[in-house]
This record gives sequence, structure tokens and C-alpha cells, in this order.
Amino acid sequence: MTEAFSSRKYMRDLKLPFCPGCGLFSLSDTFLRAVYELGHKDLSKFCFTSGIGCSSWIPSPYYVADSVHTLHGRSIPPATSIKLIRPDLNVVVFGGDGDIVGIGLSHFVHAARRNTDILVIMGNNMVYGMTGGQVAPTTPFKTKTATTPYGSFEYPLDAAKLAVAAGAAYSARWTTAHLSELKESIKKALQMQGFRFIEVVTHCPTAYGRRAGFKDIGEMLKYFKENVIPVHRAGKMTEDELERKIVIGEFVQRKRPTLVETVYAMIKEAKKNVDQD
Amino acid sequence: MEGATHRTYFWSGNEACAEAAIIAGCRFFAGYPISPANEIPEHLSKRLPLVDGIFMQMEDEIASIGAVMGASWTGKKAMTATSGPGFSLMQETVGWGFMTETPCVIVDVQRVGPGTGQATKCAQGDVMQARWGTHGDYATIALSPNSAQEMFELTIRAFNLAEKYRTPVILLADETIGHVREQVTVPPLDSMEIVDRKKPKTGDKAFFGLEEVAAMPAVGEGFNVAVTASTHDEYGVRFTQDPVVHRRVVERLNAKINNHADDIVEVEDYNVDDCRVGIVSFGCTSRAVYEAVERAEAEGIKAGYVRLKTIWPFPDKAVRRLAKTAERIIVPEMNLGQVSREVQRVACNSEVIPLNKIGGGELITPEEVLAKILEGGK
Repeated sequence: MTEAFSSRKYMRDLKLPFCPGCGLFSLSDTFLRAVYELGHKDLSKFCFTSGIGCSSWIPSPYYVADSVHTLHGRSIPPATSIKLIRPDLNVVVFGGDGDIVGIGLSHFVHAARRNTDILVIMGNNMVYGMTGGQVAPTTPFKTKTATTPYGSFEYPLDAAKLAVAAGAAYSARWTTAHLSELKESIKKALQMQGFRFIEVVTHCPTAYGRRAGFKDIGEMLKYFKENVIPVHRAGKMTEDELERKIVIGEFVQRKRPTLVETVYAMIKEAKKNVDQD
Repeated sequence: MEGATHRTYFWSGNEACAEAAIIAGCRFFAGYPISPANEIPEHLSKRLPLVDGIFMQMEDEIASIGAVMGASWTGKKAMTATSGPGFSLMQETVGWGFMTETPCVIVDVQRVGPGTGQATKCAQGDVMQARWGTHGDYATIALSPNSAQEMFELTIRAFNLAEKYRTPVILLADETIGHVREQVTVPPLDSMEIVDRKKPKTGDKAFFGLEEVAAMPAVGEGFNVAVTASTHDEYGVRFTQDPVVHRRVVERLNAKINNHADDIVEVEDYNVDDCRVGIVSFGCTSRAVYEAVERAEAEGIKAGYVRLKTIWPFPDKAVRRLAKTAERIIVPEMNLGQVSREVQRVACNSEVIPLNKIGGGELITPEEVLAKILEGGK
């Protein structure tokens, strides 16, 4: 009989840095459950990179694993070179919305374009949490944050859709109220090749919820449950109908040549041509 | 495309740099197009696949240096090449590399700045950017070649120093040296010293300290290494509040370079113990100094020079020695005064005379250096 799941088996004996009630506890736990259910007794086949922000703290240094904690927004380029040099490793990037699609957006788009063989898991708390709750590129329109006291006046970015347009092999969005779907999605993504993106809309009671008008975590999770639209239904809805809704599900799942495949094919070809000279 | 062997080639400085990188063991390059450094990535895009290396053109310089750092943590030697504007974009990651002790080589083929400046023209305005470009307290190693031959030699030395001290090393070239096409002699490959980083033993855990330069694991080797540029202890665990841990790591990182200045610093000097006028120069500018000194001597003036092959750490000792006899020290450089201030700091009893020229890639001529020498009379 296999051992029962315990996230502690994959973690160092350190106290996680998150605020009480943070959705990132659930995200980390769900990721490790997926890893466990795929039969990994440890994280020796993984390498994690992350940037700066609350979500980026999930692997570093808490997971008993190789983790490269990079600069704000810069987790994807090192993940790219690590995967190219070590195609045998599962390279997983953890980051927040500010990290992945704010300051680091261009790396995200180009990694999807290249179909770089990495899994990017983005905890989207819709705000810059670590710095105290400033407006983010993912903050819903008219939301009060630390830097939009009269409500945000910009429209948010749809990262899961952007990943599809840029060429991702897999793109999905869930919320912290949909953990079993999230777990299955992570399992599926970990078994695929190419660029895989999973966005997790996560409750941040401390830096987001209290300014945005949620009185507690329960209210945030209730909002997530009641305002999600499955992606296959969203296509038939107007922009007005979708405002302030959260579209969840799998946005794309497809096979395209991946960066590892194309780089190594090029190297093989280059060497063959030289031999023939 | 055969790899370089023991013979004499006719290479540009940038080509010499690329070939030297391969010999030094570089197997990963990431970069972004920029003049006047382009020959380095172009050459490596041809050569690296043939030695099972990986070449990537990234979306920008920030991604390029990030990919280089990641590659270094897989155990590969890695390099990027750029010019001033790209180097500016890389600066945050230079600090990351210093703090995480990530060996790599950054080539800056200097051009005219600030801003876009004059993209294809020679300058030497990045001396202080190489030293102080990123924020916080750090030490840097920067080398300055003055020929295609030295682009070759100092590229190899840059990799060796990076591996030995586990830190980013800057090869601070300039447009003239990047593009000058000259004879480059490759010595017998087995005669060349190639340094590889110290690897940890099974069970090792302290990859960030205890020793001055700790052994460096790679990801995927079972060491469970936690790499972070946040303040961390010897085991890579973050301490973002503790003043003692911060002092310990940052003071060690500075000391591991500054305490070994004698090992890192290389200069070429001439007549330093018997000259009334001395010249301190580096890079392409030093080539005018050779001729100026010869002509000054022909006129009966005792002249000597120090040529900085290492710019950072600054060669204090060599300049101090020159200052013992030289009453006047001329510092020609293609900027508005960067090395001259360092010379003033070291040679405070001598008269330090800056000779500055910027714009259009116009080089400082032997005549201009000679005129400064003659101003002091015989």
C-alpha cells in the first residue's frame, strides 16, 4: 500500500510566509497532491523557478527540491535554459499575476510562442499582494485597491486567453474554490510537453479582499463559486455579460512542436551537414 | 566549421572572443541583437550546435542574462554579449548573479552613449557602469582587452575567473577592439589553463558560504539547492530581516573578490620606476599610448605607462608604483573622465591630467597623447 499523502513530505521544516487564510496554501497543497498522485515520492525529477511575489515563495525554499528564486518577473528565461540543458527535468514555474503577466509579460508570451517545455502556474490574486495591495494588470474594473482608492480605471488582462493566442500547448484557469479540477488539470499538464499554463484565481483576503469589499474569506470563495462561467459557455456570451465573471476550464490543449524538440533537431541537422562537408 | 586549433588566424576581436568562449568550455549562449557586438552571437550560433552547445536569441537582454544564469545552474559555462544599452538592461540580473554566486561571462562591446547615442561608434563610457551598474554593495571583476589577440586571451581568463570566484565577470571591450581584424595565435590547446568550478560532494549542504568560495551544485543532481538573491544563509534559506546574516553574506561576497585583487589584477607596464610622466590607459586607447611614449622618448622625455588589462578591481598597486616617480599622470580615455578619477584617488601626490574625447568613434591619437606629454616640458 502506498503511503498516504502529506504535503510535509515534500517540504522543508520551515514556516510558510503567507498570511492567515491565504489561497496560496491551497494552491501549494493541491500542486503537491497532484505530484503525489502521479507517483512522485519526492521532487527529485523537478526543478522550480520563481520570481518575486507571494506566489513565487511557494517552492523557494520550502520545497525539498532544486529551486531557483529569480528576480521579479524573470523566472521564465532561466526555466527556459534549464529545460533546454536538462530536458529530463520537469521544470515548473510558480509566480503571481504581477510577476508573470505584469513585469514579466514578454517572457510569458515568448515562452508560449516557442512552446517552451515548462509548466507555468500563476496564482492570480488580482493585486500586488506582497507590496501591500496595489492595482495589478489583472484587477477587475472599478475595484478599490491601495493605489486605486476611487476604483480601478483600467480593464484587466485575460492571461489564459493570451496564452492560447501566443501558442501555448495547454492553458487552463481555475479558482481556489475548484481544487479538485485544479488538481486534475495540474496532473494532466505535468504529463504533457510544450508550454503549459495554469492560472489559479486565488483569494487574498489581506491585500485584496478587504479593500475590494469582501468581508471575509468565505465571501470571496462564495463569489468565486457563484461567478464562474465554464469556458465552453463563455464563447456565447457578450462582453457585458462576462464582466466581473471568472471564466474557468481548459482554454486549449494541442500538440505543436516544442522548443526542446526543435532545438535538438536543429543541432542534429547542423552536425550532420558538417559531417557531409 | 572546425574548431580552432593551434595556429594563427586572421580574426576580428569579436570572432576571437566567440572562439575563445568555445575553448574555455562555454556551452550556452543567450543574447539579443545589438551593435557593435553582433559578430559574437552570429559566430556562436554557427559554432555552438556543433559542440552540442545551445544558442538562444532571446526576446530582450533581460531574458538573455536570465537564461545565462539558469544555464550556469545546470553546471554549464554560459555567456552573453551586448553593448551599453543592453548592459544597462542586464544590471538587475548582474546583482542577482553576484548575490547567488553564479559564474558567467558578460561581454560589453562599448559604444557611444548615453541613450541610443551613436550605436556603431566606439567609446569607453561604461567603465563605471561595469563597476556600479547594479544597486547595493558589490564587487565586480572587469577585464579590458586591447587587441584581437587579447579578446581571445581575456575571454578565456574571464571564464576562468568566473569559475574560480563563482561570480559574473565582465569583459569590457570596445567597438574598435571588437571589430579590429588582426592576427590571433591560438596556443596549443592542451597548454591552456581552463578552470572549472568546484563541485560539491554527496551530502554537502552549504553552497553559499562557510568557505570563501563554496562548491557549486547543479540542479538535477540531487542536492536540493535553494538559490535566491534575497539575503540568505549558507544553506540558501532566506533571511529578509536579520542584519547579521546580511552582513555576513554581503561582506564575504565583497571580500572574496577584493581580498584576491593580486590574483585578479593584470597590467602591462613600461618604465614605471624611472619616468617623469606616466600614462594610465586601457582598451583601444592604449594603442595610441605605445606610439606616443616612443616619440616622447625620442625627444628625450622619460615616459612610462600602466595599461589596465583588469579594470575592476582597480589596479591600485600598479598605479601607486607609477605615481612614486611620475610627477604627472595622463589618463586618456574615450569618455568624460571615469578612470581618471580612480587614478586621482590612488595617485593623490601626482598631477593627474585627464585626456578625454567622445563622439563619432574618433580615437584618441598618438599626437594628442604626445601633446599632453610635451605640455609638461622636458
